[in-house]
Amino acid sequence: MGELLRVTAAIARKDLKVEWRTKTAFVSSLVFAVLVLAVLYFARDKTSVGDYDLAPGALWVTFTFAGMLGLNRAFLLERENRALDGLRLTPTTPTALFLGKVVGNLVFLGVVELVSLPLFILFYDVPIWRQLPVLLGVVALATVGYVAVGTLLSAMVVRTRFSEVMLPVLLLPFLVPPIVSAVQLTWRILALRPLSEMTGWLSLLAAFDVIFFTLSLLLFEAILVE
Amino acid sequence: MTRRDRAVRAARRGAVVTGIALVGLAAVYVRALMFTPIERTQGPAQKIFYVHAPVAWAALLAFTVCGLLSLLYLIMRERKFDLMAAASAEVGTALAVVMLTTGPLWGKPIWGTWWTWDARLTSTLFTFLLFVGYLVLRGALSDFDVRARFSAVLGVMALVLVPFIHVTVYWFRTLHPDPVVLKPEGPSLPSVMLVTLLTSIGVCTVLYIGLVMQRYSLAVLQDIREEEEAGGGIP
Repeated sequence: MGELLRVTAAIARKDLKVEWRTKTAFVSSLVFAVLVLAVLYFARDKTSVGDYDLAPGALWVTFTFAGMLGLNRAFLLERENRALDGLRLTPTTPTALFLGKVVGNLVFLGVVELVSLPLFILFYDVPIWRQLPVLLGVVALATVGYVAVGTLLSAMVVRTRFSEVMLPVLLLPFLVPPIVSAVQLTWRILALRPLSEMTGWLSLLAAFDVIFFTLSLLLFEAILVE
Repeated sequence: MTRRDRAVRAARRGAVVTGIALVGLAAVYVRALMFTPIERTQGPAQKIFYVHAPVAWAALLAFTVCGLLSLLYLIMRERKFDLMAAASAEVGTALAVVMLTTGPLWGKPIWGTWWTWDARLTSTLFTFLLFVGYLVLRGALSDFDVRARFSAVLGVMALVLVPFIHVTVYWFRTLHPDPVVLKPEGPSLPSVMLVTLLTSIGVCTVLYIGLVMQRYSLAVLQDIREEEEAGGGIP
């Protein structure tokens, strides 16, 4: 167990260090997120669709697409110079490799989300500072499921032609449950609804996380070439 | 008998089964149009139901079979399961296209709209897109082993995902007619209509089986050719 955690941390640290040295993917994802938030603000008739009606969808569309950019990066990195083969030669297990990649992606997307969330609150004028912990909890729950499935699928698509197009085509259907739940929950949080109105969606989100995280972990071994 | 001979024979048997199903389908049309009464509230538009519901059934059966065969492939690693899963997904996608076109044709006169974001419509649309993705992924991979493993992983994931999508979209209000056959208190359909529907379901299932048999045999023949080219080709 200790060994697994150590290897997982080492792989995540390696990915984040590579990212930290260039910051290309991070800066592009962040700028992209800000752009999507800004563009979506104008994608409506302001007299009939208020800020509060638009905000939840805009937030999650932004996170979805910004996340896609980050996920593509995780295994493209390993494709260059066949780095994945090198990684497989080190004493790691598929489990540690998957968990390391998931942690790296979670940190990457988490930082993008944490930076764009205050901008979202400012841009859409939704002063929800007091509900922020609940909203952060929802963001965390939805992001875990998203990243688990996304990591598995991105490991597959890097082996294909047109991998940048292939990832959204395969991943978006899997994002229906977490993103729809997250939008429903965000809407309720912004409208200051009681927690009892959220339990259904919260349990759906949690169930998705548990089942798809486990499934992705189990199936990841089949993705790696023996 | 060589593998090629067996595949050719299976393809012929598949063609026979498909032929029987097509004759059956024609018989179902005749029965539905001439010998089944017109529904009181919906009028003649309801006739499309005898195509729509059975095709939807066959498409969902195809996707379920694809998911289960994917799981089998991951456990047993036998080529035939991968080829069968792919054949089932391809036939299912074609059937889903029929389902997704006959639905709106009925919806326009009855609901007054071609499309609505009702739970069953939405989840079948996403299931369809999921399997289009499955076929696109297969098309983008050339190595047999990699293609088989990756698509099997996606097939298993899809099998687990579909119920999730259904629950998610169901929590939006649903508009689709409630089940008329499979419900606790027994079918609410008049027996004449029920017989037509059940015959049609049976025929569509046979059609699905016939098409999969042919598609699978074709995949085996392609596989044999690829192997020969790889073995006897340029070193």
